Amino acid sequence: MRMLLSALAATTFLAGAVQAATVYPLDRATILAGSPFDFKVEFDGVIKPEDVKITVNGQDYKTVLGKEAEFVAEEKGKEDKILGSALIARGLTLPVEGAYKIEVTAGSETKTVTWDVYNTGTTQKAKNVIFILGDGLSVAHRTAARIMSKGMTEGKANGRLNMDDLDHMAFIGTSSTEAIATDSANTMSAYMTGHKTAVNALGVYGDRTPDSLDDPRVETLAEAIRRQTKKSIGIVTTSEVQDATPAAVVSHTRKRADKPEITGMLLDVKPDVVLGGGSAYFLPKETAGSKRKDEKDYIKLFQEAGYSLATSKSELETVAGTNTGKILGLFHTGNMDTLLDRDFLKKGTVDKFPDQPGLVDMTNVALGELSKNPEGFFLMIEAANIDKMSHPLDWDRAVVETIEFDKAIGVAREFAAKNPDTLIVVTGDHTHGVSIIGTVDDEKPGTEMREKVGTYAAAGFPNYTDENGDGYPDKIDVTRRLFLAATNGPDHYETFRPKLDGPFVPAIQNEKKEYVANEAYKDIPGAVFVQGNIPKEGDSGVHAVDDVVLQSTGPGSEGFKGYMEQSDVYRVLVDTMALGAKQTN
Amino acid sequence: MNPSDVKTTRRDVLSLIGSLPLALCARPSAAAASTLTFGELYSKFGVLGLEFSERVKTLSGQEVSIRGFMAPPLKAEAAFFVLTEIPMSLCPFCSSDADWPDNIVVVYLGEKQTFVQPSQTIEARGVLEFGSWTDPETGFVSLLRLRDAQYAAV
Repeated sequence: MRMLLSALAATTFLAGAVQAATVYPLDRATILAGSPFDFKVEFDGVIKPEDVKITVNGQDYKTVLGKEAEFVAEEKGKEDKILGSALIARGLTLPVEGAYKIEVTAGSETKTVTWDVYNTGTTQKAKNVIFILGDGLSVAHRTAARIMSKGMTEGKANGRLNMDDLDHMAFIGTSSTEAIATDSANTMSAYMTGHKTAVNALGVYGDRTPDSLDDPRVETLAEAIRRQTKKSIGIVTTSEVQDATPAAVVSHTRKRADKPEITGMLLDVKPDVVLGGGSAYFLPKETAGSKRKDEKDYIKLFQEAGYSLATSKSELETVAGTNTGKILGLFHTGNMDTLLDRDFLKKGTVDKFPDQPGLVDMTNVALGELSKNPEGFFLMIEAANIDKMSHPLDWDRAVVETIEFDKAIGVAREFAAKNPDTLIVVTGDHTHGVSIIGTVDDEKPGTEMREKVGTYAAAGFPNYTDENGDGYPDKIDVTRRLFLAATNGPDHYETFRPKLDGPFVPAIQNEKKEYVANEAYKDIPGAVFVQGNIPKEGDSGVHAVDDVVLQSTGPGSEGFKGYMEQSDVYRVLVDTMALGAKQTN
Repeated sequence: MNPSDVKTTRRDVLSLIGSLPLALCARPSAAAASTLTFGELYSKFGVLGLEFSERVKTLSGQEVSIRGFMAPPLKAEAAFFVLTEIPMSLCPFCSSDADWPDNIVVVYLGEKQTFVQPSQTIEARGVLEFGSWTDPETGFVSLLRLRDAQYAAV
């Protein structure tokens, strides 16, 4: 049997070893006409430049692509391992729409890919685009937010979320170029460039070389807006402003962890409003709290570029009325705290950063500033902590973040009601493995918490209250509460209770780099050990591959329907703003 | 029972552990080491940077002991480890999302010692040093260090 297996493995391996070049952009890439992109061919072997033949629609590639590619005799990997030869041409544009068939041969290596170059109309459908992303937004988050925020009587919701009344919808596939699974980087990058890419990559195709900043680039939406329009650009997030989602609006790197470099890329594009956390990457390395490895002071560089700085909620209010037209708001050295910690429990890092604005405050300021531009604007708003709290399985915090996210959608809808030439897009970037399966009821008899889980009819309805009508439950630790269950995770203790002392830390690492259940929760009455079902190197719950639900309203929103790849969303955005044509007459 | 009555915080666990007797290796020292806590490292937390406390500045160059948790080593042969206030739940090099908390102390050992479990409170003792410094082997930038240190489980 073993012999048979190894023989089988050998043939499989051989079959895979047929030499084929890799071409970037990949097969079936969709490219906006006139949008700059890098072209790269990677050969498996070392070849001679005279042996390479590349045609585009049957013609020599140089004629069609308008540029000769640079030949790299030997690309090197880690420890100078030779990876093969390559050809690279940067900053190409294809001004004419249509199918482009690229055929590459070099000795025994061949590859054929076809790109779809598309164009937009010349007249924009909407002046403003507000793109609102709930990081990790899953169906369970939205259902839980509705029940927790609005309540339910006899099975009917007592109220509607703002996202419940957006009239166009699509199911979005979020897979990456190398896996069915995804992370925030490649999905938001697909939303913001129209090209799918690899996990951890932003604004580039992930190539084989170790350097994270040399990968073949594609144009980001912010760059396209700058190239074709005089619109303003805004980025609002509750994470670090260098985190994958906000970074995808402007950046090009194979490695989302290149946060010091991403800070520089933000300055290159200069979005008119940048609000969030992540000041640690703006500070020179001598400053305590800095996460840079150089002396660059990006606070100073942004101020010199004309930005007014706000570092707290009160400063943001001041700056909103007195700014220079560009606002940099940094409210935390890292990711900002959740609403539950900020406004209710005062846990997390709220003692260190007591005056952080919320997503609604930041959305209001951003819309107030950006709407001053008669040419219109693009605003990206991210509720980052839905994901940041779903990873550690802290469902209560994730759901309260979803309510805040919905309130930001409400602000956008109010703006659109007064400014009907506005497209609103509401979506997630990927889902999490989470479902509401019922309630936990402390009043049920016994001491075993598991026996207090109510399913089917026994679930009843939770008893959250909202006396002050602010849309948030008056307290999270009511006696009968929603029970959200994770499909996956590391070893951890399920406590069946909200985490009132700060965000949940389900697992910690041991010396073997394996994550083990965090014993800080072991002795909570009724806590049960939950055996993990992902590799032990995983510290928290993982993203799900399930489709994301996208909702939209306003001019252009009719482009969203049925099933779409996340890279198809870009086409609707650029079509709405007519970025195939100059809008600067 | 209402869950709000149930509060087993890490801090409680810490103080519980803290009441156990110390087991530091004896070491010739002119004076007993001053103790420093994570809560005493900074006088100011702010978006534009943190400020080291007067106590850190005063104790700089002297032997101090700090209690915390050992983060898993960056690499087996690294000459230092990172001491954190709560057990590290993220590994800085296996997840692109991972980031060190801002209040870490880098501990350079006088002599090699074995790793202890990350849930185990330890007391590290060494000469306190503050200011930006880049580890020549790993490129790891630290702002607060213990030099010539040793540690023991408590």
